[in-house]
This record gives sequence, structure tokens and C-alpha cells, in this order.
Amino acid sequence: MSRNKSMLAADDRTDLTRKVSALSLRTRAVLAVAGTLLITFTANSFAAEPATSAVDTTHLAVTDKVVTVGQLHSATGTMAISETGAIEAERLAISQINASGGILGRQIKIIQEDGASDWPTFAEKAKKLLEENHVAAIFGCWTSASRKAVLPVLERDNGLLYYPTFYEGLEQSKNVVYTGQEATQQVFAGLDWVAKEKHAKTFYLIGSDYIWPRTTMKLARKYIETVLHGSVVGEEYAALGSTDFGSTINKIRLKKPDVIYAAVVGGSNVSWFKQLKAAGINGKNHTLLTLSVTEDEAHGIGGENLAGFYSAMKYFQSLDTPENKDFVKKFKAKWGADAPIGDVTQAAYEGPWLWKKAVEMAGSFDTDKVVKAEESGKITFDAPEGMVYLEPNHHLKTRLRIGEWRTDGQADIVYTSDYIMPNPFPKGY
Amino acid sequence: MGGYSISDLWSILVMQGFSGLSLFSVLLLMALGLAIIFGQMGVINMAHGEFMTIGAYTIYMFSKVTQQYFPSLMPYYFVVAIFAAFGIAFAAGYLVEFLLIRHLYKRPLDTLLATWGLSLIMQQIFRTVFGAREVSATLPDWLMGAWKPTPDIDIPLNGLFVMAISLVVTAAVVLFLYRSSWGLKVRATTQNRIMAGSVGINTKKIDRVTFAMGCGIAGIAGATFTTIASTGPTSGSLYIVDTFLVVVFGGAGSVIGTVASAFSIAQAQSILTFFLTNAMGKVVTLMTIIIILMIRPEGLFRSKVRKH
Repeated sequence: MSRNKSMLAADDRTDLTRKVSALSLRTRAVLAVAGTLLITFTANSFAAEPATSAVDTTHLAVTDKVVTVGQLHSATGTMAISETGAIEAERLAISQINASGGILGRQIKIIQEDGASDWPTFAEKAKKLLEENHVAAIFGCWTSASRKAVLPVLERDNGLLYYPTFYEGLEQSKNVVYTGQEATQQVFAGLDWVAKEKHAKTFYLIGSDYIWPRTTMKLARKYIETVLHGSVVGEEYAALGSTDFGSTINKIRLKKPDVIYAAVVGGSNVSWFKQLKAAGINGKNHTLLTLSVTEDEAHGIGGENLAGFYSAMKYFQSLDTPENKDFVKKFKAKWGADAPIGDVTQAAYEGPWLWKKAVEMAGSFDTDKVVKAEESGKITFDAPEGMVYLEPNHHLKTRLRIGEWRTDGQADIVYTSDYIMPNPFPKGY
Repeated sequence: MGGYSISDLWSILVMQGFSGLSLFSVLLLMALGLAIIFGQMGVINMAHGEFMTIGAYTIYMFSKVTQQYFPSLMPYYFVVAIFAAFGIAFAAGYLVEFLLIRHLYKRPLDTLLATWGLSLIMQQIFRTVFGAREVSATLPDWLMGAWKPTPDIDIPLNGLFVMAISLVVTAAVVLFLYRSSWGLKVRATTQNRIMAGSVGINTKKIDRVTFAMGCGIAGIAGATFTTIASTGPTSGSLYIVDTFLVVVFGGAGSVIGTVASAFSIAQAQSILTFFLTNAMGKVVTLMTIIIILMIRPEGLFRSKVRKH
């Protein structure tokens, strides 16, 4: 390749000499200056970016100018409601990285695939991205089910996934960076807060019926019983999409728990909060702490149905820091003033930036080298939520915040924890 | 149930009874439109849920416009919007019958596939127009909160509202089908199309308006459900299974059957989920329905028409 290039250059030079000799002296002088400038310029621009052969030894989709990444979320189907924010945030981060010069001198090109809220489709599209497109990294997935479906593909093809959602923990793969909270960072810290602040002893657990709420509630029950010495007076799961909570709400009235602890998702979430409000259960007379309401969901539920209830998240759009205000402004400029920014949206924004830092530290796009950089414990990012630290166990050291919902669909942050070390495998669970 | 006073248990009983009734009105309202389309015309309309979504988005649009331009009218917009929901869903239904359904009356199984495709197309249109995110209409204050006959009892106002609408619509459907001359023509066309045509009934027009009517009622149902549930591009698909369940279990072609079926399914589900878990309650209800349908394949109320 490089030999071909220099031969071509030599031919050009002979050709140029022949033409130049036919020109006047003055023109010759001008051309000489211009030529020198041109050569200097070209040489410089080559020096700025390392050769492709140096940054990619595993045949990824990397050229001298472009590196290709994949984006794999549900743009259609029932999860599109939640995943849209993540898609938008990742695109914003990537366009900002491109505007600031890209990664190792290369612009990022996105191939977007649609997981269509269907877990086997996620696996199939991940395989396509890795085996046909040879993408250098994938930003994607939202539900635990989709991540579990993609995981074997990633491990077989040695791909990289940046996963944005808070989740139940109990997982750590070399090929995944988890930019959301695992259970100890969200569940345990949130329960600590509510037990201390609201003197809560009795809890009623309610979630949607699939892997994340069930695993999370299992962890929560154990923590409530063994660490907080409280009791669980009811545990209930509603089918995904269920819109009738009448009987559940009456059971809650009968049991009179100190805290209603909820992880209801999707369309059911809206019914759940509307019916709570209609049944006279609100922030004034009950303490409700939820793990599944971010600004995205609040937009659909309506602030008036949420006011006074609490969410345990690491990020709220109302966070009052210059970094966050800047982020919110840029996000709205790109995606519209109405676009709400939730916890997962912000975590998705961190993905491309953390990847950029890891690649630059490794000086290479090769998965193994990037993973080594990720595991160095030295990657940090000044995110909208504040400084985050990528720990060697592929999770972020971050803080937990408790937000109290207002009628306008935004939350007042009433509590911010210290930094919590990620611990995806808590002892005894 | 130790530790509870008699009055505690009494108020729970009242509220639980109410939640059963409220589920009953939801199921009934869902099923009425389909009882006409599937029950009377025999068209398997898989896009029925999407016509409900049309109604729900109509409420959303009205709430947005009212909030923006006529904030003083906020308490009243809902009533107007329900009529608009009926009108828009009716018009959409009329169009769908003209473009799609009328070509498929002789091929009922193809209707199933065609209307399912239609439901996907409609979902994508909603997604393109309103976005993938769920939206929520701002409801007038009089629809929110609870009525407290005693300090311990909270009766949700939106539940009462759904009940009222569902009663009104049921009455209207019964009057329309059994007391109006139009209803007579509809039933005549369903029972014997050729004979109805030969006595001067414009059967094509009857078909079109009947289908549109069913869709319009779905629009009202969707509009009403914004008070208790969410509005998103795929909301309709949440309702379609329950809707067919109620109509089939009640016995196609019988409005009384639809009412009875909605009532028994709602009460069974509501009582069972109170004493069992949510999932088990649903399992037991569905098992019972399957067993009853095995014994009585035509549903609770058999229509008295002799089939040819």
C-alpha cells in the first residue's frame, strides 16, 4: 500500500517537472513556494493521525478517516418509548466527538440497527453489526433481556457493548461497560435513605412481571429483612401491559405499609400512578419510592399524578450544575425543547465519551487493548451527572440521588449520596 | 385477617366491589364496538385497538390545544373531545371499510391478516406523528381524585366516569340495534344478505355505516381510557386480546352476552387477584373461560339465529 503511494508520487513529480520547465521564471517561483507549503501541510496532517495499521490489527471497520460503530436499540415496538432517549443521547455525544476532531483523528460513522423490542432480533442484529459491519463498538440495549440475548454474541465475536440502563447486577462481562447503576448502587442506597429518613419498617413491593423487577425485588426483600430489620408485607407482580391495579391498591390499603416500593414499567406505569392518585393515595399521605420513573416516564404519566413521590436515580434533569445545564441546553437544541432527559438518557450519553477515552488511552481500536484501558481504573469522565469513574469491574463509581417529583414532571433532588463503589456481586445474594 | 376492625374490612369490601365494577365497565366499553363489528358483521378486526388509540390521541390533541389557546375552558374540553373522538374514529372506520374491508367480506380469514397489517400501519403512523414516547392528556380537575362517602372509603372519580360513559354507550348501542329502523336493517343484512338486498335495503351502505359505528365506539372507549391508562403508539395492542375474549365468551352476536361476559370476567379477575397474586388470578380466570368455552363453544349467550 505505502509503496504504491510513493510510486504514484514519483510519477506525479516527473510530470510536474516537465510542465514547470515550460513556465516563466516568476510562475516557477510561485509554484515552488506553493509546492513547499503543500508538502509541509500534507506531512503535518499525516503526522496527526496514526496509521490505520497501527490502530487496528483485528480487521475492524476503521479507515484513515472513519471509524464505524453500531447503535442497537428498539426504535419500534413497546420499548421504543424508553429507548428513544438513549438513541438521541448517544447521537448527541457522537456528533460532539466528531465536531471536536473525532477519535484518533477519525470521524465516527454510525450504523443503526433496530432491535424492535424483540430479544432474538437483538442477538441477530448484534451478530450482523459485528460479523458483517465489523463495528469497533456497539452502543445499545435497554432491557436486561436484550442484554442477555446479545451477550453470547459479543463474547464469541469479541465485540464491545456500552450498556446504559440501571439493572439488577449479578453480571460482569469483559465485553460490556455498564454505564448505569447496578443493584447495590440504586436499590440498597435508596432503601437506606427511605429507612433512615422516613423511619420505614414495613414495605410493599410491586413490579412488572419480568427479570429486572423480579431480581431487583428479591435483592430488596433480602436487604430489608437482613440489613434494615424491616418486613415485607406484600410482594406483587403485574403482567407487562396490565392496566388494572384496583385490587392491588386495595391490598396495599389493607396492609398499610410504611413504604410502597415500586418497579412497574412501560404502559402499566401510567395506569398504576393514575389509579393510585384516583384512589386517594398521593405523596402527602403515603411514601412511595420507585426505581422505574425517570423524566421520560414522568412525561407520559403526568406530573400531577406523581407529585410528592420519590425516585431513586443517579441523574435528574433538574440537577443544578453548569455541566448539566450545558448538556440540557445542547440536548434540547438538537432534539427539541419538549424532549425530557432521564437517568438512562444521561447514562447513554456517557457511553461514547468513555469509549473515546479508553481508545485514546489504548492508542488503538482493538477490543483487547481497549478493554485493558477500561480496566486500568484510570478512565474518568466529567459527565452531566458529575465526575464518574470507570472501575476495573466495568461499572461506574457514581452517586445516588433521590428526587421528589413536582407537578411539572421534573424532580427536586432531596438527597445525594457519597460516591458508591460498584459491586455487581454483593455477598450473600 | 387479624388486626383489622369490622369497619376496616367493610371499607375494603366496598372499594374492592367498586374496583370489580370499574373493571367491568372498562371491559364492556372495549368490547361494545367489537360486538357490533365482529358480533353482527362477522369481521375479525385486529385493528380495533388502534381505533381506540385514535380516540385517546384525540383527547390528547384537544387537551394540548385547549391548554394553549383556551385555558379557561379546561374543565369542559373533555366532553367535546369525546364527541370528536367518536367522529374521527367513525370517519377513519368509514374510510377503512371503503378501501379495505368491503373487498374481503367473502374471505374472513384474509380480513384477519389485512386488519392486522392495518393495525401495524396505524401504529407506525401514530409513532411518526406523535413520537414513540407515551403522552398524557392533562385531565380536568373534576376527573381526578376520589369521592369519600366515609373517611375510610375512597371511590375513584375516574372510575365513576368510565362507568357512566359505559352505561350511556351500552344503552345507545342497544337502542340502535334493537329499536331503530337502522338497527333492523343491520340485523336483516347480517342474517340474510341476499334477502335483505331484495327487499330494498342498501346492504353496502349498511355495512359501511355499521363498521364505522363500531370504530366510532372504539374511539369513545379509547378517549375514556385516557383517564385510567396510558396513550402511546402501541396502547391499542394492550386491549385487543381482552376485547376479543369478552366478545367471544359472551357469544358473538349478542349484546346482552357481551354485558354478561364482561361482568363475569371482571368480577372473577378482581376477586381472584385480591386473594391470589396478580398472575395467578389471571391464570385461574383464563382457565375457567377455556373450560366454559369447551363446554359451550358458542359462548354464554347463543344467538337464536338458525345458521345455514
